[in-house]
Amino acid sequence: MKVNLKRTNEPIFWLLFGAGGMLSALVGAMLVFITCFAVPLGILPAEAFSYASMHGFTQYFMGKAFLFAIIVLFLWHAVHRIFHSLHDVGIHAGPLARWLCYGLAFMGTVATAGALLAMV
Amino acid sequence: MSARKPYIRPMTGWWRRDPFFVEYMVHEGTAFFVLAYALELLAGVLCLASGESTWNAYRAFSGSAVMLLINFAILLMMFYHGYTWFKIMPRTLPPIIISGQRLNAPIITIAGIVVAVLASSLLLAVIYFLARGV
Repeated sequence: MKVNLKRTNEPIFWLLFGAGGMLSALVGAMLVFITCFAVPLGILPAEAFSYASMHGFTQYFMGKAFLFAIIVLFLWHAVHRIFHSLHDVGIHAGPLARWLCYGLAFMGTVATAGALLAMV
Repeated sequence: MSARKPYIRPMTGWWRRDPFFVEYMVHEGTAFFVLAYALELLAGVLCLASGESTWNAYRAFSGSAVMLLINFAILLMMFYHGYTWFKIMPRTLPPIIISGQRLNAPIITIAGIVVAVLASSLLLAVIYFLARGV
């Protein structure tokens, strides 16, 4: 009897999906409100998102980590969910779909890390 | 002898048959809005890294009427995502047994929503006081 002992990498993607889903469920709507509507509605001063203050924010390790976690986990959450929903709309989710979905998240991760590390 | 012609249940538009399936497809669809917001933030970080004028162009762009409308749609879908995430949580978590009784679903959902409200309020408070320089 041949037993397939090959490990699957699905738990990693599932973990990223779960972490991103939880983070966006907890603070996603508030983040959109803060970044897109708080200044127009006068809740935050316009200087809150000036170049000086935003650039200053990325100078802190916590600022970098916060932005990285939000962008990267939201990306991995979304692509995992989209990939697994392909089946529901009658698209066969083969290797190409997998590469496109997870590839987008991977490139986004590299771009986010690169941009944040470039701001020293 | 006639050729066998098995009945194959058509699957096109299956989710339109039942409101439960429609709801399922809508909450799976929130993923596109989460993706859009992540890409929007990523564009912001890239613009920020490339300098002050690019950052100001990004801010002008995200303040445009079209982007405010898109962002409003993202805001609504983020709310819906959060609501369904906690609504489904009783089924995605392993059973939680407290003194021999399984913790019932509404308690898990309500607890999740309460934590989300607290976390969001805390985030707003932190950003508010950071921005006001207190």
